[in-house]
Amino acid sequence: MQIEEMAEALGWKLLTENTDTTREVKGCYCGDLLSWVMGRAKADDAWLTVMGNVNAIAVASLADTAGIILVEDAALDADAKARAEQQEIAVYGTSLPAFETALKIASLLG
Amino acid sequence: MSMLQLRYSVPGDDFTRAGEASGDVKHKLKKLGYNPSAIRRVSIAMYEGEINMVIHAGGGEANVDVDPDKVVIVLTDHGPGIADVEKAMQEGWSTAPDNVRSLGFGAGMGLPNMKKYSDEMTIDSVVGQGTTLKMVVYAQSEKS
Repeated sequence: MQIEEMAEALGWKLLTENTDTTREVKGCYCGDLLSWVMGRAKADDAWLTVMGNVNAIAVASLADTAGIILVEDAALDADAKARAEQQEIAVYGTSLPAFETALKIASLLG
Repeated sequence: MSMLQLRYSVPGDDFTRAGEASGDVKHKLKKLGYNPSAIRRVSIAMYEGEINMVIHAGGGEANVDVDPDKVVIVLTDHGPGIADVEKAMQEGWSTAPDNVRSLGFGAGMGLPNMKKYSDEMTIDSVVGQGTTLKMVVYAQSEKS
C-alpha cells in the first residue's frame, strides 16, 4: 500500500510539500533513538517517532524508510521540513500514539 | 585505481550537516546503479561514522573508494581516540554527552551498527591522537 493511501485511510496530515508520497509501505517500525532505528528498521517501513529534527530526516533517507509519521502531534522543525523537502522524504503527523498508529498500520497491511 | 574516489571533510560540532557526506555517497551510488541493499548498508555505516566524528572528534575526513564489487570507506579523525575499543563495540555503551542524547543519538549503537552493516571493519585508534576506521561493503553480500 502506498504511504499516501495509508495516510488517507488513517487521517494523517501531510507536513511536507513536494515529497514522495507514493512509496510502498511494507512494514512499520517504532522508535526514537536514531541509531537504534538505523540498526533495526527495514527499508520501506513506515517509521513512527516523535523525533522531528534534521537528523531524523537523514536517518529516514539513509535507512530508506517509506516515510516518517510523527505521532502524538510531535513537531517537525523548520530545518527538518526544509531538509525533508530537499530529500523528498514524506513526513506525516497524527495525534494518536505510536502503539495505536502501529495497530492501524498492521490492520491495513494485513 | 578505483572507479570513483570521493573525498569529504566532515565538520565538527554541527549535527545539522552530519549526513551530507553519506547522503552524497548514497546519491552517487544510486546514479551508478549500485545494488540497493549495498547502498543502504554503505549509507547507514558511513552516517554512523560521520556522527561519531561530529560527537567525539571535532570532525574529520571521509575517503570513499567505489569499485564495481565493493565500497571502501575510510574515516580519519584527530580526536581523543577510543580508550577501550572492545567496550565501545558493545551495544548500549556510550560516552556521548546529554545534549547529543536529546537529539536522538548516544544510544551506544553507532559502532555496532557500523560492524553490522559492513562486511569488514577495522579500527585503528590511539588515545590522544585520533582514530582511523576502515569499512568495506561488498556489492554482493549475504548481509542485508
